[in-house]
Amino acid sequence: MESVLVSHAAIYIGLAVVFGLFMAWGIGANDVANAMGTSVGSKSLTFKQAVMIAAVFELAGAVLAGGEVTATIRKGIIDVSSLGSTPELLVYGMLASLLAAGIWLLVASRQGWPVSTTHSIVGAIVGFGAVGIGMDAVHWDKVGTIVGSWVSSPLLAGTISFLLFRSIQKLVIDTDNPVAMAKRYVPIYIFIVGFVIAMVTMVKGLKHVGISMDMNQNILVAAAVGVAIMLIGSAMIRRINIDPDADRDFHFTNMEKIFGVLMIFTAMAIAFAHGSNDVANAIGPVSAVVAIVQSAGEIASKSATPAWILWLGGGGIVLGLATYGHKVIATVGSGITELTPSRGFAATLGAAVTIVLASAIGLPISTTHTLVGGVLGVGLARGIGALNGDVIKTIFMSWIVTLPAGAGLAICFFFIFKGIFT
Amino acid sequence: MVRRSSITSMFVGSPIKPLQLHMEKVCECADHLPLFFKASAAKDSAECKRVHKAIAKLEGAADAIKIDLRSHLPNSLFMPMPREQILDIVRLQDKIANISQDISGIMTGRKTEIPEPVIDLFIVFVQRSVDAAHQAKHAINELDELVETGFRGRQLEVVENMIVTLEVIEKETDKLERKLRHAMFKIEKQYPPLDMMFLYRMIGWIGKLADVSHQVGGRIQLLMAR
Repeated sequence: MESVLVSHAAIYIGLAVVFGLFMAWGIGANDVANAMGTSVGSKSLTFKQAVMIAAVFELAGAVLAGGEVTATIRKGIIDVSSLGSTPELLVYGMLASLLAAGIWLLVASRQGWPVSTTHSIVGAIVGFGAVGIGMDAVHWDKVGTIVGSWVSSPLLAGTISFLLFRSIQKLVIDTDNPVAMAKRYVPIYIFIVGFVIAMVTMVKGLKHVGISMDMNQNILVAAAVGVAIMLIGSAMIRRINIDPDADRDFHFTNMEKIFGVLMIFTAMAIAFAHGSNDVANAIGPVSAVVAIVQSAGEIASKSATPAWILWLGGGGIVLGLATYGHKVIATVGSGITELTPSRGFAATLGAAVTIVLASAIGLPISTTHTLVGGVLGVGLARGIGALNGDVIKTIFMSWIVTLPAGAGLAICFFFIFKGIFT
Repeated sequence: MVRRSSITSMFVGSPIKPLQLHMEKVCECADHLPLFFKASAAKDSAECKRVHKAIAKLEGAADAIKIDLRSHLPNSLFMPMPREQILDIVRLQDKIANISQDISGIMTGRKTEIPEPVIDLFIVFVQRSVDAAHQAKHAINELDELVETGFRGRQLEVVENMIVTLEVIEKETDKLERKLRHAMFKIEKQYPPLDMMFLYRMIGWIGKLADVSHQVGGRIQLLMAR
């Protein structure tokens, strides 16, 4: 059967690249806006800054820390050993999954449904695996872990955000001089943002780009990164113009200005986290196809994700952002008045930390859901004026629809591809 | 067409800003009452009419904000303040404007004249009642700060103190009301009984103004105690 793979090698890889780009484009066009929503909404970033930060850090996240989740999508859900003498089925399946998830996302976005790219692609892969190959082909325990993480990730983000917000309350807001306290503690929060993101990236992500260091080196470098951005942040805080008049109407105006600096770094963190987790939705299947085709049927389950595929995914996301996503981000800035930078920070960092951790252990989770969890965490601390319960319900309900939709479409495309190529 | 991101749509309008705007208008409304009584005391009926019109106009503006707020407060809100309590506060605030309008309306319509001996007492009483409304407004204006602090810590004390002051003002209006009623009682036989009846009713309403303002403070306390 190797002959099929060899004779169609170029077509398979070509299709995979095109579909993968399409999917990455969709993530950049629609999903990035959700990741940046809290940052732009709290008015800490201008629209242009948000787009620039998103472009740079989505790409960095994808390339530096996207490897682990990509590996999960590539070989964690489908048991490749069960394919036996028909490895091309996996090629059809992965192509079908990409196309199914991409089309489903396009349709859903047009309808304004808040769907998750992660749920679409996981649903699609499980769908074709269970129906196209056989129930035994799916690593159900792994799928169980992934689905479990969809419940636990918003909970974890909510808990972290709740605690972060309570710490801000204790250390800064509820003090005699919130402005002075903000000046003292915000740099420390900036350090934490830098340290956590750098640490997780180095421990789990960098091996996919061929860099490896021991634990002590990791801690040292992460601390250096943290200190570096803390110094930049402190310099930015010093440049803030504290205007006592501004506090007359709303007593926390100046304090929030300082949190605005923190929010910039948190926005970088969430863009990075989003890139590291969601890029896999586009390029996980691509790398699966490439791995099978290049080894001509030997399904290599050990080889690392080639760097060019990570770049392909990151580039696709930036492309989506540049062509369409920036328009969606522009709509985010208007209409959120309840979200001040201190809340935006707590909600976003809780989500970013959760997502980066998930990226590190290779769990594909939904950025949007995690961020909603973070926002709710702050809401539970009575920190946000009002949240719309209907929207929250729709967001959480949407994945129940997305899984069968992604699966159904993937099964259809799987049999179409199978029909075309054999 | 660009769709809104789902994260954005989570943040529906918080009721706090409209609530504060409403109170702002309501207080402007009440602010005209002392002016009205001064004009009435000066027997300047043209000025009385003008002030009453201004009150009615402000009451209309407050109503518009109230209706807007009610219609934009969806059922499934996740917020630090229960929906019913927000609606209750709006209802009470609305009463302040309505009472102001009713007082100036009836007094204009009936061309009520305030007897010379009680004019000063009347004006002091009205002013103090309006002060109560203003104190309630100050507390309402702290709601966004309460959300910013997550209803915790010293901001609670700040608002708590405001409500204590509100209570003090309300007690004072009670005292002033008793004094005024007593002064009225001493002179009531010398004036047309029906006019006196209506003046007593006005005194009752002015007292109510302070009462309702006090109740707004009570509702804010409920929000904080949760």
